[in-house]
Amino acid sequence: MTELAPRTLEDALRARAAHPEAVPVAGGTDLMVAVNFGRARPAELLDLSRVEELRTWRRDNGRVFVGSGMTFARITRELASFRPLVEASRSVGSPQIRNRATIGGNLGTASPAGDALPVLAAYGADIVVASQARERRLPWNEFFTGPKRCALEPDELIVGAEWDAVAGPGSFAKVGTRNAMVIAIAGICVQLDPHGRSVRVALGSVAPTVVRAPEAEELAAGAIAWDEPDRPPAESFVAEFARLAAAAASPIDDVRGTAAYRRHVVEVLARRELEWVLDDWRNGAC
Amino acid sequence: MLIRATVNGVERAVDVPPATSLLTLLREELELTGSKNACEQGECGSCSVWLDGEVVCSCLVPAVQADGADVRTVEALAENGDLHPVQDAFLAAGAVQCGFCTPGLVVAVADLLAREPHPSEETIREALAGNLCRCTGYQKIIDAVRLAEGALA
Repeated sequence: MTELAPRTLEDALRARAAHPEAVPVAGGTDLMVAVNFGRARPAELLDLSRVEELRTWRRDNGRVFVGSGMTFARITRELASFRPLVEASRSVGSPQIRNRATIGGNLGTASPAGDALPVLAAYGADIVVASQARERRLPWNEFFTGPKRCALEPDELIVGAEWDAVAGPGSFAKVGTRNAMVIAIAGICVQLDPHGRSVRVALGSVAPTVVRAPEAEELAAGAIAWDEPDRPPAESFVAEFARLAAAAASPIDDVRGTAAYRRHVVEVLARRELEWVLDDWRNGAC
Repeated sequence: MLIRATVNGVERAVDVPPATSLLTLLREELELTGSKNACEQGECGSCSVWLDGEVVCSCLVPAVQADGADVRTVEALAENGDLHPVQDAFLAAGAVQCGFCTPGLVVAVADLLAREPHPSEETIREALAGNLCRCTGYQKIIDAVRLAEGALA
């Protein structure tokens, strides 16, 4: 039975190849809901929760790697300097859920409502996947292929996410019916990159996959007075930025909210978050 | 598959399918029915237990992940017939009505106060956000946390 409860990535990949019927599970907080409600009946599980290589993170020469087995509780505790990632992680479920649920689960489930995903999109993360034969790095927008669909092959496992650290303030915010235990109606990450003179904007829960808002980003890159952090942004710029962010959404009506409400949420949050990150930049907070 | 775990300090071995939830293992196989089965989707926290020292929803833990683990349930809180101070505080504060959420809340509060002996109200509310109570309106539960905080100090 230990074959399906591997301790190393090598053993995990061997088990993945040898037992294609075994469903990989890390935190279990998505899979077990499906099991409990009779929507999934896995004959076997491939338990990844003990694989040490997946439960690590590191920062080398400005490149950050977060293993797929990092729980949201650990990300909140250990990755404090990545504020939007911490804010998103802290908004996942409840303490009980965050103690188990992993960033790899967000990636594998590939729901556009996965809270960490707008942050990874704003960071421009690559998703690291591996099989026994090879390791691949897929840009986040090639990894996600549709709602709850991703480019993972049947013999592969998700190893983690990797990105170039950005030195600048960022923010994640989402709207739901309460402050906890909520699947986002819309979630947004805004990340300022003063060194690269750019702003990244990524949206969750408002399109088939998480998306960036390139027109809003382009406007902001040209409109922000990069050499004068103290100069407040023109109101017309902030309003146009928010409008362009909302225009990048292609939401649907569903049980959690209407498409129109989602666009409205994106517009309001984009405006607020842009103001927050510009304030933080001005105050030297990051 | 055979699961071996330390449950409330005692080595146990049970044979269950791998995707059986830890909650089902505890309630059906070990007859530890303190942890409640309510929502089965991690929303309500009634099934909260400690898994290797961390509070989790046992309904979302596949049994295979409990293999070799240290599990503590609400049954472990009272010692030699004496209630844990958190349990006493829930009684004294009137934080129990129908009682269904109580085991999970007692576990979550005991865990919070072990980590943070003097939490702010904001911290309490965030720590208990995963435990739903449909009777009390939560205020008496916050009162119970304060009472327990005093008793444990």
